[in-house]
Amino acid sequence: MRTNVFWISVFVGPALILLLIFLIIPIFASLYLSLTDFNVFALTDWSRAKFIGFRNFYELFQDELFWKALFNTFYCLIVAMPVTVTLSLLNAVLLNREQTRFKNFFKICFFLPFVTNTVAIAIVWSWILNPSYGILNWFLGLFGIKGPNWLGDPIWAMPSIIMLVVWKAVGYNTLLLLAGLQNIPDFLYEAAELDGASSWQKFWYITLPMLRPTMLFITTMMIIGYLQLFEEPYMLTQGGPLNSTLSVVLYLYRQGFKFFKLGYASSIAVVLFLMIAALALLRLRLSRQD
Amino acid sequence: MIGMRKSKVFLQIVVHAILLIGAFTMLLPFIWMVSTSFKLSSEIYVFPPRWIPKNPTLKNYVDLFSSINFGRPFLNTVIVAFSITFLSVLLSSMAGYAFAKFKFKGRDKLFFLILATLMVPGQMTMIPVFLLLRYLGLLNTYTGLILPGAVSVFNIFFMRQFITTIPNDLIEAARIDGARESYIFFKIILPLSKPALTTISIFTFTGSWNSFLWPLIIAQDERMYTLPVAVSVLAGQYGENIAIQMAGSCVVITPILIFFLFAQRYFIKGIALTGLKG
Repeated sequence: MRTNVFWISVFVGPALILLLIFLIIPIFASLYLSLTDFNVFALTDWSRAKFIGFRNFYELFQDELFWKALFNTFYCLIVAMPVTVTLSLLNAVLLNREQTRFKNFFKICFFLPFVTNTVAIAIVWSWILNPSYGILNWFLGLFGIKGPNWLGDPIWAMPSIIMLVVWKAVGYNTLLLLAGLQNIPDFLYEAAELDGASSWQKFWYITLPMLRPTMLFITTMMIIGYLQLFEEPYMLTQGGPLNSTLSVVLYLYRQGFKFFKLGYASSIAVVLFLMIAALALLRLRLSRQD
Repeated sequence: MIGMRKSKVFLQIVVHAILLIGAFTMLLPFIWMVSTSFKLSSEIYVFPPRWIPKNPTLKNYVDLFSSINFGRPFLNTVIVAFSITFLSVLLSSMAGYAFAKFKFKGRDKLFFLILATLMVPGQMTMIPVFLLLRYLGLLNTYTGLILPGAVSVFNIFFMRQFITTIPNDLIEAARIDGARESYIFFKIILPLSKPALTTISIFTFTGSWNSFLWPLIIAQDERMYTLPVAVSVLAGQYGENIAIQMAGSCVVITPILIFFLFAQRYFIKGIALTGLKG
């Protein structure tokens, strides 16, 4: 028994200590910080931070920039999620057909953006989106379309960012959906065929319902991931023009690490966490009702 | 019959056309990046765009490693990514083993508590950890870059799920033969967990190579920049010089891309595995 306790601490101890220091205690510290006015002066002398109750949150909800950031972040989520799901599902269904050739080649191509560094590829995208010399507007020009000033136009900046977000995410979700499709037993389709079901009916009544667990997983991951939008606007637009691409995390970063208003930034982090938790739970609840 | 075959051929063509367009969209930014990185600055602002540089040059890469000193961030990224991967895989599989195969009071509660933190976004812990490391004088150090990433909840969860499937009899038999616990872990558990270890190793390595926000906060000067931070600074400082930015991006992206192409089988298998378990 004694050795058992010893070995348990040896195996689980190091991980647990690191988790305590870098994850569990910081979560509570963050909650506390959000109730203080910790700022650049407190950085050198922590005792200068005062407890101010919910004043940060009160201020936050009157902060127009925060609302703007919230709006932009949800704009990205609400557009990028269905687009990602649709494109990924299309790819997965096509790749799942027995007759489709070069499957591995396609899988590798689709997956490349996912393993690629976002910061570095965002630099490439900003060059692609360049209004005068970028290849996107050159391509549109071939069809006689005059492309917009993508990143410089408040209307088009967010769609440009969503383009990059979706481009990066499709491959990963395609592979997950493909794994989900391959788990659907053949006999379901065979039985439906005997009953004279069309391809469309098979897709609607067998494929989609059977994909539900995978869909639940990928949409939950997307909610968590897209709400943390940061690198794309940080690199492509720095939140501009006219704050049209300012995201919640970008705003948090600015408040926290440009102005060192760490108390205020913590309150943004707390709100972000509550939003993610609420939406993820809501998503779970919705799937249970089905 | 012939009509049937014709429509089937037509369907095949449509399906492959869609997939090809998709694949091409995925590849295009990479092709454009590589092509631009070999151009002289005089050839950048040429319209219509030239896909193959007229006078390909290595100048951008030479500049990158001589006058801009991209070597240091490269080395930093290698050190940080390898250390994080090694520590995280070792510590996570040790903890995963304990949670899977040892019985102790409060085990399941503790595991659930740890698992619940997966919902917490990294930005929430970032500020307190920054303050702690600042207090300890660990900003701008390798320790500061590595230690907070040295253990991952997801990896612990993943290893626990995998190790649970290893039969208890194997472990019991080894214990009866008088094997030490460390022997059981290193000689029985780890070798049997190879598929799971491969999966978390490649994902942890890729993740820490690409990680941006944390090094951006911790690295205070050029000496400690990692590649993503260095390339983001490069984009700010050399806004006009597109070719050197493309070369910089290429240096950040290529190592992982090569790694992926060699290990793509494991990446693709790993995705399916993590998706189903999660």
